[in-house]
Amino acid sequence: MKLSEKWLREWVNPDVTTDELAHQLIMSGTELDGIEPVASAFTNVVVGQIKQIEAHPDADRLRVCQVDVGSDELLQIVTNAQVELEQKVPVAMIGAQLPEPDGKIFKIKKSKLRGVLSQGMFCGSETLGMGEAGEGLLEIPANAELGADLRDVLDLDDVVLDLDATPNRADLLSVSGVAREVGVITQTAVNAPEIKTATVDINETFPVKISCDDLCQRYAGRIIRDVNTQAETPVWMKEKLRRMDVRSLGPVVDVTNYVMLELGQPMHGFDFDKLEGGIHVRNAEEGEKLTLLDGKEITLRADTMVIADENKALALAGIMGGQDSAVSDTTTNIYLESAFFVPEKIMGKARTYGLHTDSSHRFERGVSPDLQLKGLERATQLIVEICGGKVGEITDVVTQDELGKRDAIHYQRSRTKRHLGIEVDDARVEDIMTRLGCQVETSDDGWMITPPVFRFDLATPEDVVEEIARIYGYDNIPGVLRPMKPLISVKPETQVREEVLQNILISRGYREAITYSFVPPEVESLLTAGAEQIRLANPISEELSVMRSTLWSGLIPALDKNVKRQQTRVRLFESGLSFQKSETGLPEQRKKLAGAITGSLYPEQWSEKPRQVDFYDLKGDVEALLAEASGQEFKFLPVDHATLHPGQSARIMLGDQQVGLCGALHPALEKKLNLDQQVFVFELDLDFIQDKKLPEYNKLSPYPSVRRDLALLLNREVSYDQISNTLKELNINELLEFFVFDVYAGENIDSEQKSIALGLIFQDFSRTLEEEEISVHVEKIMTTLESKLGAVLR
Amino acid sequence: MEQLTELMQQAESQLNEANTLAQLDEVRVHYLGKKGLITGQLKQLGKLPPEERRGAGQAINKAKQTLSAALDARKLVLEEEALNVRLKNETLDVTLPGRKMDTGSLHPVTRTARRIEEIFMQLGFGVEVGPEIEDDYHNFTALNIPEHHPSRASHDTFYFDDGTLLRTHTSPVQIRAMENKRPPLRIIAPGRVYRCDSDVTHSPMFHQVEGLMVDKDVTFADLKGILEAFFKAFFEVDDLPTRFRPHYFPFTEPSAETDIQCVLCHGEGCKVCGNTGWIEVMGCGMVNPEVFRYVDIDPDVYTGFAFGFGIDRLAMLRYGIDDLRKLFDNDIRFLKQFG
Repeated sequence: MKLSEKWLREWVNPDVTTDELAHQLIMSGTELDGIEPVASAFTNVVVGQIKQIEAHPDADRLRVCQVDVGSDELLQIVTNAQVELEQKVPVAMIGAQLPEPDGKIFKIKKSKLRGVLSQGMFCGSETLGMGEAGEGLLEIPANAELGADLRDVLDLDDVVLDLDATPNRADLLSVSGVAREVGVITQTAVNAPEIKTATVDINETFPVKISCDDLCQRYAGRIIRDVNTQAETPVWMKEKLRRMDVRSLGPVVDVTNYVMLELGQPMHGFDFDKLEGGIHVRNAEEGEKLTLLDGKEITLRADTMVIADENKALALAGIMGGQDSAVSDTTTNIYLESAFFVPEKIMGKARTYGLHTDSSHRFERGVSPDLQLKGLERATQLIVEICGGKVGEITDVVTQDELGKRDAIHYQRSRTKRHLGIEVDDARVEDIMTRLGCQVETSDDGWMITPPVFRFDLATPEDVVEEIARIYGYDNIPGVLRPMKPLISVKPETQVREEVLQNILISRGYREAITYSFVPPEVESLLTAGAEQIRLANPISEELSVMRSTLWSGLIPALDKNVKRQQTRVRLFESGLSFQKSETGLPEQRKKLAGAITGSLYPEQWSEKPRQVDFYDLKGDVEALLAEASGQEFKFLPVDHATLHPGQSARIMLGDQQVGLCGALHPALEKKLNLDQQVFVFELDLDFIQDKKLPEYNKLSPYPSVRRDLALLLNREVSYDQISNTLKELNINELLEFFVFDVYAGENIDSEQKSIALGLIFQDFSRTLEEEEISVHVEKIMTTLESKLGAVLR
Repeated sequence: MEQLTELMQQAESQLNEANTLAQLDEVRVHYLGKKGLITGQLKQLGKLPPEERRGAGQAINKAKQTLSAALDARKLVLEEEALNVRLKNETLDVTLPGRKMDTGSLHPVTRTARRIEEIFMQLGFGVEVGPEIEDDYHNFTALNIPEHHPSRASHDTFYFDDGTLLRTHTSPVQIRAMENKRPPLRIIAPGRVYRCDSDVTHSPMFHQVEGLMVDKDVTFADLKGILEAFFKAFFEVDDLPTRFRPHYFPFTEPSAETDIQCVLCHGEGCKVCGNTGWIEVMGCGMVNPEVFRYVDIDPDVYTGFAFGFGIDRLAMLRYGIDDLRKLFDNDIRFLKQFG
């Protein structure tokens, strides 16, 4: 809420500067979004009055005015503004300085406009930093003295504090409320303006009936007849409203807005002649129509409370008035409303109609139930002052016997120490709570504290703790690095740790990316072969509208973006959740680790021949990751996956569970995604790769090992997996390990065949192996490979 | 004997002429080998009269020793020369870059998150995680934000058609942790959070760390103490002024927003801190008893504090990143700077 400092100081005037005041407000919990002057820092602008207007001899749009600025001689000023004789206008005198929004200063000089002398300039609201372009010349109070400095006339040496009260502090949404708060924090007395009870001129009343008494617990109103709605709102009021960002809309609306800003009570004025029979506060009928003040027609739901008369809904209760019953230029009799609606019941209602108004903002947070009559009297006083009128009697219907009655909070002294860690003197606690408007009575172990009616947020002992801490000052509670019982939070050694996997990739040249969890639906669709998507109901944009089911949806575009930025060698990884529809409850959200690589294997350098990454580079990285899950046996099996190259991709299996995929992107997909280079990707489901074996020491053999090499010719279709399984199935204890050290296909070999060279390492734990024993094993291996896989020695 | 002297002279001159180890070895074999000339002298001792044999034998052995020593000495010289030549030939340009598989890098946000975790783990906090697609109950209701509460409006929530949502803060992990474990509790929960807001200073996805400590004697002073210690450790400064301002969050009471003195201008006022000298980094407070009631922890027995702050913001402050959007652009030229 914007708040004029001058207006605030009319209520409470602590002996502190604006900055100190702002600081104290901030440190007691009211956020301050800014401090803005109410007008630019212009100088030498005075009140003038137009005494003569003549046409400019050489310009149709200009007029030559003679202006009285209170001195002996009239000033001649050429203007293009709309002016009238005897109008009072702001005159920037010769030498006046008018700061412009860009910080430059416009100086007024004696000049000639199309050959005619001009000794000053009339100022519009915008020129003075007091309004928008197109608002015309700034309005001057009729009683302003000629030649008076405009800054004094309009009291412009003022600033607007842009306060942001927290949602629990409804009581800070008015000048009086902030004044009360400032009074507490600066320990200064608050001087509320006197609100006189209006003399009742006519004993006419209008019946009020409340049907939904759970929502509306108080409705007060009165008739005022013979109101001159044509009267001008006084400049002082318009100026105060302007500083609080409220536009002037005619005297009755201005007064109700003024009272809302001043006291915090939203009010509404009806055109009394449009009302029939009496006020009826009721729930709307389902489908009932109402045209609001903003001209929009809404269809009401039965859960919505309206202010109606005998026949029809007049206003959306607590939110916005209706157009048909609004005060207009032709209104002469008005009906003023001042009500209390239960905050929890009205909460969220405005939003269901797409509305948020000053009134709903206040009612939702809580308008004090003791403000209604005060507001009504204040508004009456102001309307009669401005527009005249005959005041009717107040009708005040209260549906709850104990409206506004507050229960005392039993506050134990020990709570202060228990929650805040410090002791606060009894006297200080009592002072703080009393100043906040509470009734404080001592009890055995503390106090019985009855909060004031306007503090909806003050109801529990914790609420009291908060108030004590807030006013005592958070700064005055010293932080303590307390001794704490040690809690050892080392992760199990048999658990695969994400950080370790990340570090493995980093040491292999991968850079971590963080991409959005929501991705373009078409990318997701291409990468998942059109699987069902989890769509946001209210995405930022279509591009960010579905939840990723694979990290590739973010990673591949990120990689491509880099390639298109001339980075031809890219290695990225990401870890995070992926999302999949689930039958019941929340979607499945599994932790995944994915990578994408493209370009040369090594950065270009003098000592390595450049080579583009291939499937086995990627697989090597994946195997390095899987090796972290030691003791688990992973298998890479060919896979038919829409995203991947059918001949260069594998699913990664742990037992029967697929735990990942890796391979080259399908060339067709590369084309659809408009990728410039071949891309290899992997993705591991970390939720399935969690366990690793605790290392277990095995004795080392003291006997020498012996190596035998076999060069085999095989059909191209025979996989290494088949060879390896065959060797394992032989169960030769002395065969310590085996590995491929060459794979060859091409010249000198049948095109249907390939050559694989195996290294076999033999060793025994109890003796040196004899030559003949090894030969027997090698022979057995060879014959088995031959019979099972058709291998021949090369 | 004259012959021996002659042989020795000959041997010494040949020895000195030998320029390679092979030549030197030839000299050795020629004189001291089994059929060598000096060895041959010994064989002829038998031909001498017995009274001369002793003296001559001694002389020959002495000559043998002398020559052997000279050969060894010469060998050392030649070996050293050979080594010098080899070393010279093997000399490389050590200023050429090494064979490289360049090292990758952790994203600055993850790097920052790890650092945060490390500091809190030293204080005995464990790390918890939770789902990112959350239900309304954990994200709002159990945090004392009932439906229609004005606080909800400020959360700019992403919803799904079934009423679930993308968590708007990491606070639901608090609830899940308290549902699953009983106090005393000390946890932090880093992770992604989402708000339906995107402009220069807002990303629809960002990162937070939630913290929670619950025990029988946790106070606001402890909250201040632990967080002050954290920020000092994080920014590696002995003295980092912090200020706690009263604020309102439905799930804590009393609540605070925490500012640290601007780490860039040290409180002088700059663009980053909007000339205030302070940077808002965190929301925190004492766990509201209503929240305890939702997770069945007795607020008359336990108190606790909770806090939440943005990891991205700390990363930006720490590394001087001036544009939030750079964090999620994944430009490797940017990522490389955090290797």
